Amino acid sequence: MSPSSSFARPDGPVVPSRRRFVQSIAVGGALSGLGYWPGAVAAQSRFREASVLSGTEFDLTIGEAPVDVTGRTRPATLVNGSLPAPVLRWREGDTVTLRVTNRLAATSSIHWHGILLPAGMDGVPGLSFNGIQPGETFVYRFPVTQSGTYWYHSHSRFQEQTGVYGAIVIEPRGGERFRAERDHVVLLSDWTDENPETLFANLKKMSDYYNFNQLTAADFARDVSRMGLEKAMAKRRMWSRMRMNPTDLTDVTAATYTYLMNGAAPDGNWTALFNRGEKVRLRFINGSAMSIFDVRIPGLKMTVVSADGQDVEPVSVDEFRISTAETYDVIVEPKDDRAYTVFAQSIDRSGFARGTLAPRPGMVAEVPALDAPQWLTMTDMMGAMTMGGMHDHGAMEKPAGQGAADHAMPSMKPAAGAEPHAMHDAPAAAAAADPHAGHAMKSSDATRSGTSDMPGMGSTPMARHARTEYGPGVDMRVDMPRTNIDDPGIGLRDNGRRVLTYADLHTIGGPLDPRGPGREIELHLTGNMERFMWSFDGQKFSDARPLHFRHGERLRVVLVNDTMMPHPIHLHGLWSEMESPSGEFQVRKHTIMVQPAQRITYLVNADALGHWAYHCHLLYHMEAGMFRTVVVS
Amino acid sequence: MRAPAIVIQRPLRAALFALASSLSLSLWLPLAALAQASADHAGHAMPAASATPGVAAPAMDHSKMDHSKMDHSTMGSSTKDSAKPPAAGPSMDMGAMMKSMQGGTPPPDARDPDAYADGLTHGPMPGMDMADNDAYTHVLLNQFELFKGRDGSGQALDAQAWFGTDRNKLWLKASGERSGGRLGATRLEGLWNHAIAAYWGLQTGIRHDVGDGPSRTWAAFGVQGLAPYWFEVEATAYAGPRGRTALRLEAEYELLLTQRLILQPDVEVNLYGKNDPERGIGRGVSDIDVGLRLRYEITRKFAPYVGVVYSRKFGNTASYARAAGERVSDTQVVAGIRIWF
Repeated sequence: MSPSSSFARPDGPVVPSRRRFVQSIAVGGALSGLGYWPGAVAAQSRFREASVLSGTEFDLTIGEAPVDVTGRTRPATLVNGSLPAPVLRWREGDTVTLRVTNRLAATSSIHWHGILLPAGMDGVPGLSFNGIQPGETFVYRFPVTQSGTYWYHSHSRFQEQTGVYGAIVIEPRGGERFRAERDHVVLLSDWTDENPETLFANLKKMSDYYNFNQLTAADFARDVSRMGLEKAMAKRRMWSRMRMNPTDLTDVTAATYTYLMNGAAPDGNWTALFNRGEKVRLRFINGSAMSIFDVRIPGLKMTVVSADGQDVEPVSVDEFRISTAETYDVIVEPKDDRAYTVFAQSIDRSGFARGTLAPRPGMVAEVPALDAPQWLTMTDMMGAMTMGGMHDHGAMEKPAGQGAADHAMPSMKPAAGAEPHAMHDAPAAAAAADPHAGHAMKSSDATRSGTSDMPGMGSTPMARHARTEYGPGVDMRVDMPRTNIDDPGIGLRDNGRRVLTYADLHTIGGPLDPRGPGREIELHLTGNMERFMWSFDGQKFSDARPLHFRHGERLRVVLVNDTMMPHPIHLHGLWSEMESPSGEFQVRKHTIMVQPAQRITYLVNADALGHWAYHCHLLYHMEAGMFRTVVVS
Repeated sequence: MRAPAIVIQRPLRAALFALASSLSLSLWLPLAALAQASADHAGHAMPAASATPGVAAPAMDHSKMDHSKMDHSTMGSSTKDSAKPPAAGPSMDMGAMMKSMQGGTPPPDARDPDAYADGLTHGPMPGMDMADNDAYTHVLLNQFELFKGRDGSGQALDAQAWFGTDRNKLWLKASGERSGGRLGATRLEGLWNHAIAAYWGLQTGIRHDVGDGPSRTWAAFGVQGLAPYWFEVEATAYAGPRGRTALRLEAEYELLLTQRLILQPDVEVNLYGKNDPERGIGRGVSDIDVGLRLRYEITRKFAPYVGVVYSRKFGNTASYARAAGERVSDTQVVAGIRIWF
């Protein structure tokens, strides 16, 4: 394929031959040099030929095609024969028409993630429509009322895992608020050579199937020699007693996944070009099925300007965590004539996606080593309870290389030399002779009435568990979740880098609606790691009834994560306007990652009638039942 | 069940000790674990029975306990808590917290999960193809091996298979051996496994014994699951015609030496309520098997192993064996593969 093909036909679909497509993965590094495309329209490097479609009319064909990501040719489901699917560029205010043809043997669908549209256009089989039957073309048509970075993917079974995902970039009517000379989509994803149905079955039969970072006797021996037998045992006691694994950071790891950046494996080295001194906008999208990435570009500060397509007050960071289905736009300004590595390591540190920003084709920069994986902390297991000083000191002990402050929140740095368990009230701790003095609860009445005061944390409400959380589908409950949103999360705490947290995100312009919530809905994120069951309130999708949002109301959703894994929770068709712990408007998102043992609240304007999907965006959690229907009527 | 608890105790303790000593390689097995385990699933096995306070106490009780603990910072007044050395307090709290975090029964004021539905139900639209209630098939040849002992050599199998959804499964078990071309005592079970707690399933069905004498059929009732400290536990009671009863306890542990090299100790104890001389089985504790297998997981699903198994007969069972000129105890060397799919 000539490298100019997509220049020649920017508005129409270009379907590369299968053979060229496969080659392009294998020779991605060599082709990347052709990706120079000056100006902000150049969303995509030339690494993926024919991958940008723009205009108002689109023809998308979902079909099966073999791809070779790892050296083995495996079946994939692709849109227009491309992995990832073509980038769709829309303009705010246009009405777009998308004719989606299903050439698969199974029912298919496309969901436009984060896009506000009529419920019938949302693309969830069983809720918005019947799905697109084999051989059928479904015509999506809706006005584009927003701008920013979004994505699209299949909402049918595991087709998203096998390749049906692509980027959406919507140009604002009035031009970008934050202008940049270059504009690149950076779509992160995960690829497996296994059939995802097999992968899911493996997890059902052995939930730690892909975890090759489990506790071993060798680790134990090392801890014994380092901290003594008693502490080494104490460190493990609680986890073992609860049958929980402190290294259970993600269900599917690089043991089967290859992490991709714009479809390129790390060796493929997806490359984007810049001229020294230019502003480069990178539109990060996590289009993976199950992976949470920590992204950084060593040598460059990243200015986050948009989250989930919504402009935010710019914040400069070294690193950010992007959960599945989230998007972040960052602007970087490389000052030197050198290459920079775009490094996205998975949350469990089993692997990474990688690409390069370079002034000229063919350049590479050093690829950082993966960080050491860390144990989940008591905070990840018990939320605010451990912050009250009730933790088992031995069990709090961290593996080598972690700061003692790991289990505290970053905003609550201890005074130098303070005991870890004294830091919950840092000012008092420095003065207190008793390390337990000065923490948390002032009166038991506060807790009984539903909240308690914890310095620096706002109030800590007690979780109200549902009756259905006491069955076989739930392996733990957090009575007193943490409410702070300034914790970068496991593996990023005190790593010496400035890491983005939700506390840093402030949507420009404030909330959509000045009204406060008329009522509150509390939902718990629940699961049983051992059985690989996932649910809301202990009820899998097929056991649960819909959630009713009354049309026109503004309500507060309270999510409490009763598991030890982060869950990116996505509400279709309606914005989630996240609140700070003290109840002020924070950031508008379509997907909110709730950390282990954390309580998050957000307001929703129920202004779009219809049936909407509401689910954890970890694909295998969703398929396992962590899914609800929201009915706005 | 005729086998009284006093009779059980000594051999059970012996079994525990054997298991513990094999694990002491790793230094970190709390001896109390199995005892805890049985207590734990006793609680779970009978959810309807009046709750053991420790197992099923509602969350609110614990939170009350918890903050009485938390108060100690601000308390100048003399309660026991503030006088207590800090080291003693936290682990007690941890225990209480852990209990309120897992299992139990819902408090009376627990949230109604259907309240937000306002009476709505799912619409009739087809097409939702979720995997949340799919049935799966799992077959595990846990032990599939050749053995060689002083009493002879042969082949042994210990396998389980299930078919079903998260909550309900058909569960098949087979365990037996062949030696000198003859089928030894072999147990076949067909059970309905119903999930009753996060880590436990209740199993009901039938057991059929073949080989080594006339066949026997039993009704089976038991639990299988994961006890605290990661012990895989099976405890099944059996009742057969003519007042025959039996109890079988099995516990297994996986100690990871590396991510792929895994040491697997296991212990199995059989008890019977009546003598069954035709099958060489005596009343009381009849036999114990203690195994230690070291496997290498080439893949998760395929792992060759080597190991040793110590087995011993007790009481009348031992007498029948002696009378038949067989050994009362034996140590076998085993080699096999562990396969699942």
